[in-house]
Amino acid sequence: MPKRKPEKPRAAIADKLTVSRRSFLVSAGSAGIIGAVDAADVMGQGQPADPAGTADRRGTVPVMLRINGREHRLRLDPRTTLLDCLRESVVLTGTKKGCDHGQCGACTVHVNGRRVNSCLSFAVMHDGESITTIEGLGTPEALHPMQAAFVTCDAYQCGYCTSGQIMSAAALLKEPCGPNDADVKELMSGNICRCGAYQNIVTAIQQVRKTS
Amino acid sequence: MQTFEFIRPKNPAQAVSAAAKAKTAQQGADIRFLAGGTTLIDLMKLNVETPAQLIDINRLGLDKIEATRDGRLKIGATVRNSDLAYHATVRRDYSLLSQALLSGASAQLRNMATTAGNLLQRTRCVYFRDTAMPCNKREPGTGCSAISGTNRTLAVLGASEHCIATNPSDMCVALAALEATIHVQGPKGSRAVPIGDFHLLPGNTPHRETVLEPGDLVTHVTLPPPVAGSRQLYLKLRDRASYEFALASAAVVLSSAGGNVTRARVALGGVGTKPWRSPEAEAALVGQPANDATFRRAAEAALREAKPQSENAFKVELAKRCLTHALRMATAT
Repeated sequence: MPKRKPEKPRAAIADKLTVSRRSFLVSAGSAGIIGAVDAADVMGQGQPADPAGTADRRGTVPVMLRINGREHRLRLDPRTTLLDCLRESVVLTGTKKGCDHGQCGACTVHVNGRRVNSCLSFAVMHDGESITTIEGLGTPEALHPMQAAFVTCDAYQCGYCTSGQIMSAAALLKEPCGPNDADVKELMSGNICRCGAYQNIVTAIQQVRKTS
Repeated sequence: MQTFEFIRPKNPAQAVSAAAKAKTAQQGADIRFLAGGTTLIDLMKLNVETPAQLIDINRLGLDKIEATRDGRLKIGATVRNSDLAYHATVRRDYSLLSQALLSGASAQLRNMATTAGNLLQRTRCVYFRDTAMPCNKREPGTGCSAISGTNRTLAVLGASEHCIATNPSDMCVALAALEATIHVQGPKGSRAVPIGDFHLLPGNTPHRETVLEPGDLVTHVTLPPPVAGSRQLYLKLRDRASYEFALASAAVVLSSAGGNVTRARVALGGVGTKPWRSPEAEAALVGQPANDATFRRAAEAALREAKPQSENAFKVELAKRCLTHALRMATAT
């Protein structure tokens, strides 16, 4: 299989266009709110923000999340799910919103090393905890073995579920899972692929399990 | 989603006193404990639950699994379902519980969902989850849309003319057969509730699902000492092979000697309005030869009171076959 050319970094594209689709949507849809969040998202000092009873008059609470090794100090409406926090506040959009009800797995991230549905969790519940998203799993230059296997095995079509599939599969490597394809399918059943790339996903996961 | 105040108490006593101000601990509670969030946040997004305050109980130290001095197993309220299912003692002595947990939800959800949250898991009845439709459980007095509507997956045991919603939990079915005890800390002190008394039948108050009152915090669950030589099995039948709720399930704990059943604990899932322990099936088993004829008689006894709805008559026979097969598998050498 020919190697894919690395994609042009998003930021460079955005610079050329001056206004990207995402930055337009962000500024048009959430003017005022995002500004405040961005200002609050600064490098922290390693302590949880401890939101107990500290809601300010706008109803936001301070939260510290360690995302992909970097500390983020945020002020969030407590209704903000971990998924929306990652996508909208921290602008890590690799994690996808599918059903938003814990049924499809597209939003799978790791919290303290374990896979969870980020749509069914409030960000404030994770104050002081470590979150890993697809952006923190590997880099284009040094892919995580699971990312590399998904490419090699052609384990996707449209790609929308892929980051969730990969995060789930990477976590599965550390879980009690039997040796057979059926065992992998059972433990991957929380990740739906509408395109139906299941067979190649299982192949990719088994390839990593056999070589690692 | 409605706005809410997020509260993080420092200990269970603080959590109890904060929640004691609630008007109810049942459907529509104004103050809710928040554990894994997999049921509650889902229902808050649908505006089925609209609490004004959420009390985060995830950091109260209720996440331990411990053996007690008298040989029981103590399972903390916020132990995650995956940690419980994979715990060495649970796999060895209470494999029924491990099997039931691993048959439910997905790996991600099991990493989030907790013991107490699973005890309080809400029905998947589509009308309960849809605020545009009448539902006596969600809005008392509005009527039951399911009785004349889509009811293929709903209950055939324990229903009333007001509600036919199924209890969706697998874990609770195992806990019923294992005779678990639920430990509750409340404003007036602590108490222990047998699993069979914890969930309520819908009757004419389907919005009341458990015996919990405002401020009542489930702190842990205990399991009695394992029964030496017993065989445990959880069999779940559903529309797809994984990540689906039960159409019918059976939990059995069986002891036999000389080819006869000497002790039996039987519970059914997916067919009842609460986790369905069946003393009728147990009575039909004890003292009888462990064979298919006995197992079928036990299954007939378990479903004798079944009342199917317009779309789910198939569940009566399915549940019988499920229990018969579970008993057969549990006694197979």
